[in-house]
Amino acid sequence: MELARAFSTMAADLPAIFSMIVVSVVGLVMLTVAAFRSDHPSIPWLGVAGMVVASAWELFQLGTEPGTAFFGAIRVGGYAAFINLLVLLAGIATTILSVPYLHRLKHDYGEVYALLMYATVGMILLGSSNSMVSIFVGLETMSVCLYVLAGLIREDEGAVEAALKYFLLGAFSTGFFLYGIALMYGATGTMYLPAMAQADLATAGGTLLFWAGVALFLIGFLFKVSAAPFHMWTPDVYQGSPTPLTGYMSTASKAAAFGSLILVLYYALPAERWTLVLAVVAVITMVVGNVMALSQANVKRMLAYSSIAHAGYILVALAAGTEAAFAGALFYLLVYTVMNIGAFGVMALLEWDGREGRVQTLDSLAGIGTDRPVLGVTMVVFMFSLTGFPPFGGFFGKYAVFAPAVDAGLTWLVLIGVLMSAVSGYYYLRVVYVFWMQDRDDVVDARQASLGGLPPVSRTSQGVLVVCAVGLVAMAFFSGGLIEAATGFFDASAMAAAGGGG
Amino acid sequence: MEVALNWYLALGAVLFSIGTLGVLFKRNAIVVLMSVELMLNAVNLTLVAFSQSMGDPDGQLLVFFSIAVAAAEAAVGLAIVIAIFRSKVTVDINEINLFKH
Amino acid sequence: MFAEFVPLFIMIVLALGLAFTLLKAAEILGPSRPNKIKRTPYESGMDPVGSARERYSVKFYLVAMIFIVFDVEVVFMYPWAVSFQDFIDGGAFLGVMTVVTIFSVILMVGLLYDIKKGGLDFEK
Repeated sequence: MELARAFSTMAADLPAIFSMIVVSVVGLVMLTVAAFRSDHPSIPWLGVAGMVVASAWELFQLGTEPGTAFFGAIRVGGYAAFINLLVLLAGIATTILSVPYLHRLKHDYGEVYALLMYATVGMILLGSSNSMVSIFVGLETMSVCLYVLAGLIREDEGAVEAALKYFLLGAFSTGFFLYGIALMYGATGTMYLPAMAQADLATAGGTLLFWAGVALFLIGFLFKVSAAPFHMWTPDVYQGSPTPLTGYMSTASKAAAFGSLILVLYYALPAERWTLVLAVVAVITMVVGNVMALSQANVKRMLAYSSIAHAGYILVALAAGTEAAFAGALFYLLVYTVMNIGAFGVMALLEWDGREGRVQTLDSLAGIGTDRPVLGVTMVVFMFSLTGFPPFGGFFGKYAVFAPAVDAGLTWLVLIGVLMSAVSGYYYLRVVYVFWMQDRDDVVDARQASLGGLPPVSRTSQGVLVVCAVGLVAMAFFSGGLIEAATGFFDASAMAAAGGGG
Repeated sequence: MEVALNWYLALGAVLFSIGTLGVLFKRNAIVVLMSVELMLNAVNLTLVAFSQSMGDPDGQLLVFFSIAVAAAEAAVGLAIVIAIFRSKVTVDINEINLFKH
Repeated sequence: MFAEFVPLFIMIVLALGLAFTLLKAAEILGPSRPNKIKRTPYESGMDPVGSARERYSVKFYLVAMIFIVFDVEVVFMYPWAVSFQDFIDGGAFLGVMTVVTIFSVILMVGLLYDIKKGGLDFEK
């Protein structure tokens, strides 16, 4: 009968969530191993292997036709594959960077890597969701794991405080987010994104209910992507959390959340009424992020404000709301993920323990490029790319988000964005200056005296950083093709949109 | 006797507001956590009310997930509060301000 | 109209009778060796008299947390149990059992982890 057919349909849909299955099953295996021997050295590599398999699968899904699976709960096809690939690559890089870091801190528990896997599963679900239920489950799977990871180093007051702030404010925003979903559901009578756009908001009350829901929903989302004025938690959390995991939080979770937000804007929200709202949020976010970053002495805190600023650049594209702009945002997410994971990875290799990463000032790293040439050179690439200098991916990313916004008539917004990018040059290039050109004689002695020199640098971490840096240069060459491919996700999915949903 | 949908929605909105105010104005981390749970439960009530009035089960489905998430959040949140208490011997969020410059 | 409540009354009488009988039987048949701890009122393992603000072992919290998480996970089994008969009638017995088995296995992994890490050993 019909029920019997439901299960066979679901079994046939299993390939749609192949990467989710692989990552979660490997995560469960890792947890089982950790139950018996928590510091087993194979656990992180098991995770890496699982994520590599999943990313290989997603790579082949990039060209597939968009559609839905599991009765409209999940979206498949190029767009979902792109976001999932991004998240998985961030997960792989973070796991490899975390191994030596956590080992040095004597916190290399297998559970950490298992939690990373579960967070990744949540992000994959978030980036490929087609219904509000999937979005909620994905977002919360991700967030709850990240709360734990932020407070991983229990002995460090700063880390626990970061975790508490992240948790309390994150849970608070979840409340708004969920209430927004409830109101949108009440107004439209459906949880599925494409069906929401087609719903008939017959009465004035229904319209009011719907847009109130959208407002609450957006507050929740903007909170998760740390857009101003909902960014207050970001600097403290990023400064206090273990450095490689901060890189993960600032990139993968934003990529997944933005990916999901684009899906909602594209499929579920009918009119263009959110343009002005998002544009205003983008302006505030860019200004707050860049201006506050100027005066930061700690590099992690500076990078936290910088990640707020970058959320602002992506919001420019979202405010434009055209397919080209969404594609530009996707490309920007890719570039941003690579360069930010790299920047946090470099910082992770320059500190002895989590506490030091929290209190370390930029000036204490004077001349470090001479002592650690690979880290110095890769950091230069990341900083130039974050600023948006032409030979690197960051420039093409900015171009990809700003150009469609100009086409959409948001020239004033783009002007502010370009102006703020120029401001950002000051604090990014200061890092380059301090790393390579500042006189190092007096700080080297202090470093030697307090900690016995710099921490050792692991080959694998260095390898990841070099790959990230080379990737940023390569992206510059392939930016045209990548953006075109990303636009393709939307052209085809627009056609499939009518057929999707439950 | 049928209770109109609006009453449920009103109760949900009131509970949600109480929860929000609790998060904003309470200083004890545990009370803040309780306020967050109140917010989530207010939403659950709203969802169930909508779901029931429309005869559509999706809303109740989300409530199941929301309950599970609330439990997971409570577990993680209390663990973090205990870790804070161990290092600071306080759960007053005004005194947890290491990052204030 | 009270006819439909008759089973309920029988139930109440049975429950009271059983409880009373068992208590009496234990008192008559069992050995009686009272001591101070046994005679104090039951207060979930705490001292019933004293300051309520006393700090107690974090183990309480751990067990409570594990209980809550597993308790709430079972929520997902209610819809399954309620619609189980419909699934059997619809010829989807195998499918619905597979799904619930996967769900239980995931919970089992969590339980295994708890047991191995000593989350359930109260005495330590």
